[in-house]
Amino acid sequence: MFDYNFHWRPVMKSLPDLLEAASLTLQVAVLAMVLGIVIGLCLALARLHLRGPVYWFATAWVELARNTPALFQLFFFGFGLGAFGLHLSPYLIVLAGLTFNCAGYLAENFRGGFKAVPETQIRASRSLGMTPWQAYSRVVIPQVFRIVYHPITNQMVWAVLMSSLGMLVGFRELSGETQFFASRTFRIFEYFAVTAVIYYAIVKVILLSSRLMAARLFRY
Amino acid sequence: MISIRDLHKYFGALHVLKGIDLDVQKGEVLSVIGASGSGKSTLLYCINGLEMIQDGAVTVDGIDVHAKGTDINKLRQKLGMVFQQWNSFPHLTALENVALAPRIVKGKSKAEAREIAAKQLQHVGLGEKLNVYPSALSGGQQQRLAIARALAMEPEYMLFDEATSALDPELVGEVLDTMRLLADEGMTMICVTHEMGFARDVSDRVAFFHQGVMEEIGPPAQIFGDARSEHTRKFLANVR
Repeated sequence: MFDYNFHWRPVMKSLPDLLEAASLTLQVAVLAMVLGIVIGLCLALARLHLRGPVYWFATAWVELARNTPALFQLFFFGFGLGAFGLHLSPYLIVLAGLTFNCAGYLAENFRGGFKAVPETQIRASRSLGMTPWQAYSRVVIPQVFRIVYHPITNQMVWAVLMSSLGMLVGFRELSGETQFFASRTFRIFEYFAVTAVIYYAIVKVILLSSRLMAARLFRY
Repeated sequence: MISIRDLHKYFGALHVLKGIDLDVQKGEVLSVIGASGSGKSTLLYCINGLEMIQDGAVTVDGIDVHAKGTDINKLRQKLGMVFQQWNSFPHLTALENVALAPRIVKGKSKAEAREIAAKQLQHVGLGEKLNVYPSALSGGQQQRLAIARALAMEPEYMLFDEATSALDPELVGEVLDTMRLLADEGMTMICVTHEMGFARDVSDRVAFFHQGVMEEIGPPAQIFGDARSEHTRKFLANVR
């Protein structure tokens, strides 16, 4: 029969610690996304416009990031580099792993976005005397941004949830912290239930703010 | 004056323009007619440097369009262009569409650029639509927006690349009226067109292109009434 007794008190007592760990989760996810967007944009442009070594480097990055388990990518920056004597802090391992993964996925989003803006938009811009950079920055990229906006939101959610893999490389973000308390108190179900609620709340806030921002940004 | 000398253009092995010689004087309206694939649109792209050329020369007011040292972005400010697919910028309002280039290319202040834009939109009959996004405009209105956008750079020449071909029939008239208005104001225009009525009534001269060659050029009365070339007569018989 069901004879498990719930004990929520220890969870409530460590709630401030959990929330602090949650802010660390959010921090590393946001940072990985910012870096991922910048790198992903470069990878996409390299794949669209370049040939040779840079093209192959960008393609290899995208292929590896998208076609191998995210956990392995994290392990690479932890144990993989560790085997060569390069020891990153748990924070850096997670940041590097997440950035690598996000950049790969975002690169493909951006590539699709660039392809969706007709070539004729650039021609029209150039015919008005704009330089290639002006045409890109004023006409093409704003349109690409709208196309990739919702995929970026998805990737942001994914980054928050994926950061939980950090507990496997000893990072005390939200999941790592939860694991730590759970194994000390043996209130495993209670801890992870509360943490799940916290993750849910974080994601909901991200989705809601994304939607509000979209309504302000995109009037067309 | 736009002067074209022995212009050759290839797309790979395809010889698209085979030695074109043409002068367009200030204030002149030239219509370019001919079958699809005869090289008419490519000619326009070669004039404003959107396409490279393989031989010959195009000069605009004495400046060689395809020379290495030419500031092509500056030269293009003289050459407004209107495309078949109107290419309005979907993320900007009508006013912003027109104000963008004066602001970032010519360095006008924001207020000045908006003033120019409002004036040009008024000019093409879109004075009521300043703050509307292109998605809420009809094809004809978007094409007039594109004309206003080109005019806002105060060009000395306007190149029209089949400006009405992609429009629903009932929307062609409003765009042709706008083009007529410009012609009446003395704008120098090269119009690649399938609108024979426009070519006959508005142009000073009509050029007929056939397979990359300018077969014939002359006043509309001659081209439409007494064409010398067999190809011209055949083409005109088919489009009528």
